Amino acid sequence: MNASPFLTALAKIVGAENVFSDPADLATYAYDAAVLKPNMPAVAVRPLSSGAMGAVVAFCNEHGIPLTVRGSGTNLSGGTIPLEGGAVLLTNGLNRILEINTEDMYAVVQPGVITAKLAAAVEAKGLFYPPDPGSQAVSTLGGNVAENAGGLRGLKYGVTADYVMGLQFYDAGGTLIKTGSRTVKCATGYNLKALMIGSEGTLGVLEEITLKLIPLPAARRSLLAIFDDLDKASETVAAIIARHIVPATLEFLDNFTIRAVESFSHVGLPLEAAAVLLIEVDGHPGQVAEDGQRVEEICRRRGATGIQVAEDDAQRDRIWAARRSALSALAKLKPTVVLEDATVPRSRIPAMVRALQAIAGRFRLAIGTFGHAGDGNLHPTILTDKRDAEEWHRVEAAIEAIFDEALALGGTLSGEHGTGLAKARYLAKETGAGAIQLSRAVKRALDPRNILNPGKVIGG
Amino acid sequence: MADMHALVGLMREVEDQLAVCMRCGMCQAVCPLYAQTGREADVARGKLALLDGLLHEIFERPDGVAERLNKCLLCGSCQANCPSGVRVIDIFLKARAILTAFAGMSAAQRVVLRGLLAHPALLDRAAAWGTVFQKIFTRPASELLGTSCARFTSPLLSAAMTGRHFTPLAEEPYHHAVPAMNTPAGRSGIRVAFFVGCLIDKVYPGVARAFQDICAHHGIGLFIPANQGCCGIPALSGGDRESFQRLVRHNLARFEEHSFDYLVTACATCTATIKEFWPLMCDDPSAKLKARTRALAEKTLDVSQFLIDLRIVDPGGRDPEAPGAVPVAYHDPCHLKKSLGVFAQPRALLDAAGGCRRTEMQSPDQCCGMGGSFNVKYYGISSRIGGGKRDLIRASGCRVVATACPACMLQLTDALSRAGDAVTVRHVIEIYAESLKRHANAPPADQTQEHIRPGV
Repeated sequence: MNASPFLTALAKIVGAENVFSDPADLATYAYDAAVLKPNMPAVAVRPLSSGAMGAVVAFCNEHGIPLTVRGSGTNLSGGTIPLEGGAVLLTNGLNRILEINTEDMYAVVQPGVITAKLAAAVEAKGLFYPPDPGSQAVSTLGGNVAENAGGLRGLKYGVTADYVMGLQFYDAGGTLIKTGSRTVKCATGYNLKALMIGSEGTLGVLEEITLKLIPLPAARRSLLAIFDDLDKASETVAAIIARHIVPATLEFLDNFTIRAVESFSHVGLPLEAAAVLLIEVDGHPGQVAEDGQRVEEICRRRGATGIQVAEDDAQRDRIWAARRSALSALAKLKPTVVLEDATVPRSRIPAMVRALQAIAGRFRLAIGTFGHAGDGNLHPTILTDKRDAEEWHRVEAAIEAIFDEALALGGTLSGEHGTGLAKARYLAKETGAGAIQLSRAVKRALDPRNILNPGKVIGG
Repeated sequence: MADMHALVGLMREVEDQLAVCMRCGMCQAVCPLYAQTGREADVARGKLALLDGLLHEIFERPDGVAERLNKCLLCGSCQANCPSGVRVIDIFLKARAILTAFAGMSAAQRVVLRGLLAHPALLDRAAAWGTVFQKIFTRPASELLGTSCARFTSPLLSAAMTGRHFTPLAEEPYHHAVPAMNTPAGRSGIRVAFFVGCLIDKVYPGVARAFQDICAHHGIGLFIPANQGCCGIPALSGGDRESFQRLVRHNLARFEEHSFDYLVTACATCTATIKEFWPLMCDDPSAKLKARTRALAEKTLDVSQFLIDLRIVDPGGRDPEAPGAVPVAYHDPCHLKKSLGVFAQPRALLDAAGGCRRTEMQSPDQCCGMGGSFNVKYYGISSRIGGGKRDLIRASGCRVVATACPACMLQLTDALSRAGDAVTVRHVIEIYAESLKRHANAPPADQTQEHIRPGV
């Protein structure tokens, strides 16, 4: 990219103070949260209006400049790592909640709104936006939609895709496209919004998002169940689901994670436990009481050696503090943390947990596993130091082994982190060559000059 | 072109600590600067990536990185919130020192840090002249808050002064009134040394007097060595390790003249600096200096921590619902809560004082935006952050905002004064010391009057 005339043109669009071209600024937009090599872009721009955003997209298309959209850069699959010499479009200048409609129960937001801020604003009005990715305190809703982010409540409440009612996005040429609506039902035209969700910035640039809201559950009940045997814990997960109880969250921590959490935050987890399950049921008070009782019984019958039921908010917070600190506690053990999210049908959780332990042994790696057992989405977390080249080779081999295992069990490479750069080359293993070819044809049709986040998801 | 390869060698000091950052970006949620600007170079993750970039020689010059590294409040919010436990502030201070040693200081920095700050007697004399000049150049802004603002706009006044409501230098600094003190332990059996600190000495001597009164009341022996210097944080944050170590040596020598049980300070920043940065950032070949700083750091306590944790003050408290009790909100200084984990004790001290109806503001530990020299260099951003704090204070409905750091006091006073608010700013120990006087002078039955003097 021939710098200066382009910079002048971009400065005309977004204002000179919103164009970054100093290497010391660009280096801060070269990475995301994935353990991958950073790439220096040639420019980063921060539009403060929708019109400016569209004009930036059109400009990049006209000049064939590869464009990567960035919210908070918390992506775990490298989707926000720009192309060397490309442009980064920052969405955090477009961060207004445009409407929270309590009668029709939807919210309209700009893409740069922080997930937790929307959740809090909605809750203040007695409504609920359930998707709660681990990075929700900083992640943007635009990023959540582009990655189809999940979270702890996937089992009962689904993921981001289940809440997107409508979208406005700029296509590669900079034309604003509207898809979906503010109505519960909408049967007009192609479902372009479904195509955009999880497209990781490769098909269009999100400009406005309409999200479904639901009533805030009136009651909730949390419990922690301790197991001295891994299989008993995973079988309990399957048994709860088999009894047709759908907890809001059903989380799992293995022994490695338990010990890390305990040494870090002393929440009172038994160090010798093979696994713990953290379960929360929510809804109408009557149903919560009944479901809570049944879950407790199932845990007991399946061999839980101890059960703690939270009697008040303080106890509930203590139980969830253990889960919330899992990643932090593991992260403190080694410099580099590789957080995977291979997902299996939930009945296969016991097999997946056993496989992960075998992989840790085979590749001589420290792997802590925790995650959303209730929806089959575990987070095997590999602890390493990327500066150790020999160990890093074993890490890469282990990641591939995890992928193979998940696919063999009928699962997927990624439950919620997306494909990005990290998983692009494995995608064909899951989808087959046909789906990749068709996806590439869609990409060519929508982005003929291949400027929108090239190389992500489908490679090429 | 700078020899960037030589810089890599120096940067090795922080290489291992830098590797701990996993780029999760959670620091964005708590960085007061990032909340204002939305620029990644302003948040810890961005700065750590830039330092990593220096190690990998991706830059042709160090200036851009140095400039961004220095644009930081050093509030430590990121460090307190970091999932991987990155020692962000340690890294930043070390890196500032490395980059300053590599590229050299600006002329202005040299005058202020090497010429003035590192020489306590000279700094005192300069401050004395400042007291005279401030009357010529300024006019009163808020009687209640005791602030002033510029009397006229003049090219001589820096842009940073325009519009600012500052608390003037005290008529008489504390060290004039009390050059030194050395009293034996009374009925408490405890003897403390008091590190006064520049801002309390020159702007808020009333805070030091309050501590003196509290010690007298509780029978605590007090050692205040003559000719104390600055704790060194301005030098350290300016990357000037030489002036910093000179000040540490100077102060150590003063405080090693006599024995005492604890070193107490009423300035959150001084406490954090002495406890954490004196041992961290002092190096001499024999390691003697480090050992001396460690010994002192172990004995160093924030004043509320001292009074409450050692049960000198009964934290049981007096009746908070007494008629006429004034609503008081406590602002957590970053260096006290986030660095040292002290947040319950100042509140307990307020409860013990009585006469306060303690009310919590939302996000009491949200940074006030002062950040020492940050406030001078980036007054616009600093005052916007202060404005946000002011809104939280106002929303709490308090009439007095209490805190435990004179730097926060300056910033809160500026923000409240500019907004024309009738909320006064006090140090927690001023409030406690006044309660002692009240109870000494008035019969306890008298609870019809307001108990906290709302003026400064």
